[in-house]
Amino acid sequence: MKIATMRNEAEGRRVMQHASGDKRFKILEVFMKKYQFRQDSLIEILHKAQELFGYLDDDLLLFVSYKLKLPPSRVYGVATFYHFFTLKPQGKHTCVVCLGTACYVKGADKVMSAIEAELKIKAGETTPDKNISLLTARCIGACGIAPAVVYDGTVSPRATPEGVLKTIKQWTES
Amino acid sequence: MAAKTLTINGRQISAAEGSTVLKAAEEAGVEIPSLCHLDGVYDVGACRLCLVEVKGASRLLPACTTVISEGMEVQTGTERLIKYRRMTLELLFAERNHVCSVCVADGHCELQTLAYSLGMDHVRFDYLFPKWDVDNTHSLFGMDHNRCILCTRCVRVCWHIEGAGTKNVSGRGGQSKIITDLNAAWGKSDSCTSCGKCVQSCPTGALFYKGSTVGEMVRDRSKLEFIVNAREKKLWVYQD
Amino acid sequence: MILGELNQLRDREIQSRKKITLRCCMAAGCVSSNSKGVFEALQKAVAESGLGNEVEVRGVGCMRLCCEGPLVSVNQDGAEDSLHVRVTSENAASILAYLKGGKARTTRVDAGMPFFKKQMSIVLSNSGIIDPERIESYIAVGGYSALHEALHEMTPAEVVSMMVQSGLRGRGGAGFPTGLKWDTVAKSPGVAKYVICNADEGDPGAFMDRSVLESDPHRVLEGMSIAAYAVGASQGFIYVRAEYPLAIARLQQAIKQSKQFGLLGAGIFDSQFCFNIDIRIGAGAFVCGEETALMASVEGKRGTPRPRPPFPAESGLWGYPTLINNVETFANVAPICRHGAAWFASIGTARSKGTKVFALAGKIKNTGLIEVPMGTTLRTIVEDMGGGAPEGGRIKAVQTGGPSGGCIPVEHLDTPVDYDSLSQLGSIMGSGGMIVMDDGTSMVEIARYFMEFCMDESCGKCIPCRAGTVQMHRLLDRIARGQATAAHLARLEELCEMVKSTSLCGLGQTAPNPTLSTLRFFRGEYEALLQPEMPGNEECLAGVSGQVS
Repeated sequence: MKIATMRNEAEGRRVMQHASGDKRFKILEVFMKKYQFRQDSLIEILHKAQELFGYLDDDLLLFVSYKLKLPPSRVYGVATFYHFFTLKPQGKHTCVVCLGTACYVKGADKVMSAIEAELKIKAGETTPDKNISLLTARCIGACGIAPAVVYDGTVSPRATPEGVLKTIKQWTES
Repeated sequence: MAAKTLTINGRQISAAEGSTVLKAAEEAGVEIPSLCHLDGVYDVGACRLCLVEVKGASRLLPACTTVISEGMEVQTGTERLIKYRRMTLELLFAERNHVCSVCVADGHCELQTLAYSLGMDHVRFDYLFPKWDVDNTHSLFGMDHNRCILCTRCVRVCWHIEGAGTKNVSGRGGQSKIITDLNAAWGKSDSCTSCGKCVQSCPTGALFYKGSTVGEMVRDRSKLEFIVNAREKKLWVYQD
Repeated sequence: MILGELNQLRDREIQSRKKITLRCCMAAGCVSSNSKGVFEALQKAVAESGLGNEVEVRGVGCMRLCCEGPLVSVNQDGAEDSLHVRVTSENAASILAYLKGGKARTTRVDAGMPFFKKQMSIVLSNSGIIDPERIESYIAVGGYSALHEALHEMTPAEVVSMMVQSGLRGRGGAGFPTGLKWDTVAKSPGVAKYVICNADEGDPGAFMDRSVLESDPHRVLEGMSIAAYAVGASQGFIYVRAEYPLAIARLQQAIKQSKQFGLLGAGIFDSQFCFNIDIRIGAGAFVCGEETALMASVEGKRGTPRPRPPFPAESGLWGYPTLINNVETFANVAPICRHGAAWFASIGTARSKGTKVFALAGKIKNTGLIEVPMGTTLRTIVEDMGGGAPEGGRIKAVQTGGPSGGCIPVEHLDTPVDYDSLSQLGSIMGSGGMIVMDDGTSMVEIARYFMEFCMDESCGKCIPCRAGTVQMHRLLDRIARGQATAAHLARLEELCEMVKSTSLCGLGQTAPNPTLSTLRFFRGEYEALLQPEMPGNEECLAGVSGQVS
């Protein structure tokens, strides 16, 4: 429904606003304006959109595609090509286990299986209570302190299965 | 336009400057197999079936995107090339569910024809048997992702000729998939003009007219050719 | 900005230096071990002890010994006094006590150990010394004087010929001669030209570019500006991975400062030269390290590569001639300008000039960043500098070049590290990741790991890479699980060869390398896992016997 309103307005050549009145759409639009709505800024704009909304849903992708005058299929194609973008809501906390080579040879796989067993989810999934998302990375460049785990954006060095479970338990218990 | 002379499989031929090896070979009556090339749309060099050996080049080159040069020596059908082509087809057959006997394009399929002509009679790799869906929501056409080889011809005709941009590729690697709009049901697409060019362009039975049954999906490329010629060679002159 | 102002800035910065400098590593590795806390504790301690006039606490870039972070280096009267490792915010203050002749509660390491002594710094010469967040700190060590020299004392053609003479080769992996690339772009006609810095350091186990960007961002900007002047470009892009937030922040800061100082923008150093740099942030696609895929990504598209030719140097970004070089390549430009091509060409081997930065990681005592002259042997790097395997383990192999490279067995440790020697061993120099494996590491497992990586990262455009990596991974998996026969191994080798020869881009062409190189040197490990051939086995292996129709 939100989208329909937006498109009718577009056809009326009026300034498009997202029907929901959600302020974040306004912020996103100002950001797009900074890039002069250039089509080659699509990836920067999707970064910003994900930063604002947490994930990219259809409504948001459509908004971006109309604003940049790109076919929706193209926006969707780009959003799904890059691993950094997520089309599903993420959990309250995110735990990223680096599976780069240095971390791998130092036992990141064991850290990973310990978390998978504890949370009963697989890499790329979110716990049913939407509390924790478990993700993997292909090297975050912290090889000197391998294995590295990123808790809510903060890199933590020299991870062990025991240490990781301690942090995870703090999340599950709070 | 200046002509260039080159040899293909030892035979000396000449072709217009700027043409591709594929085009030059075709004009000389030498067939080079391809699944992603389609006359009228830009080439992407993705299927790797048209790879040829060029003397002096360190790698095999795709005939569809390699421009001819004076004195070029091209080999199009060496033992090595045929072996690679056969393996490429094996990989395609193993990747999705290509079961010719129940396919709408049986007998009219470019993948099948190539497999026959290259003598690929069995697949040595594990069949992956993926479970892709069939989109039958459009009133005229259907798409069976199980038969898609991701040649992106449909994406290119939709963008380059029709200008709608309805189709694109989502995901990446083996998870790549042809989508309509935001991965929506084809029948719900706002941008699709139902022109049917994608259906005409498809080399396999992935895109088909609804209602066609086994072996009935015959394609007519003359319409595509007609539009492209008319547009690019300016054959349509407005007369009042 | 003119030269006089630059010199003034430099002199002012040098004069403001204090007697004692405490340099605290603020690169990503140490930051994750709370070096920020250490930095604040040091600042507080200095303020409290009233030594503010004598002691400066400076946040610096990577000090290389990442495994022992956070690192604090004490410098007195311009000479390194001591290096403190694994400093915590609790014991940081005791470094001040140590300065007054008391006892430090921190651990110190010998700054004369081979890990440091055997290094030779060109690219990393400012890393760990200057404050990467202040342009003045870079200017104080001679920064931007090379750009001035290029703009005022050299023609673009002279800069290109200097690069050709230096013998510098691309540090991104393939080792293409940099001068030749610049020359092609300079000679290609185009109303617009672009310079792109490839900072999409995707090889797992490589963090050299991240360190350079975090430790000395202005050096990269200066190198790019000189390149732009040489080839005639006025717009540059830096394509950085989203996984490197700190590097992105430092670059943004550096670009902002350069613009403020007139070192980016219009009429740089009072000349006709105009140049701007924008940052493009990647979004997690390894294939975007390939130059045509990177350009597609800069254009806001799916990062799929396209066939070359045409090469980016002739038809690149939006169809215009485009120069793409790696971070480390650009970092070498300003030093070459300052010291001359002959100086650079005198370092290294006959065909590989200069130094190379490596990220040393894996099963080794000293992990971190090293910069050594080309031609240094692997043994020197791994045994002398790296200190060998930890806790009685034995080194089995060294992996270079990430998923495009190979495993070099311990017998070949005396191989000099240069482009040609490594490719003879079926590996590649790569961007500089060097991962040491001990005898606890299964080579089949490593091959499977890298194949899984390539399978996940394949863009899906060309068939050999998209479907081939999947099948190679299945075969490797089957072998690793002990469910394969010799026929499977033969099929794997055949497929490796085919994918290598037919794939569209570098990712597919090199994806079989880790498998092929482990097969070459550790074939026994594969064969030990094979099952005896059984009659009729071949039939059932083919799955459904595939009839075409």
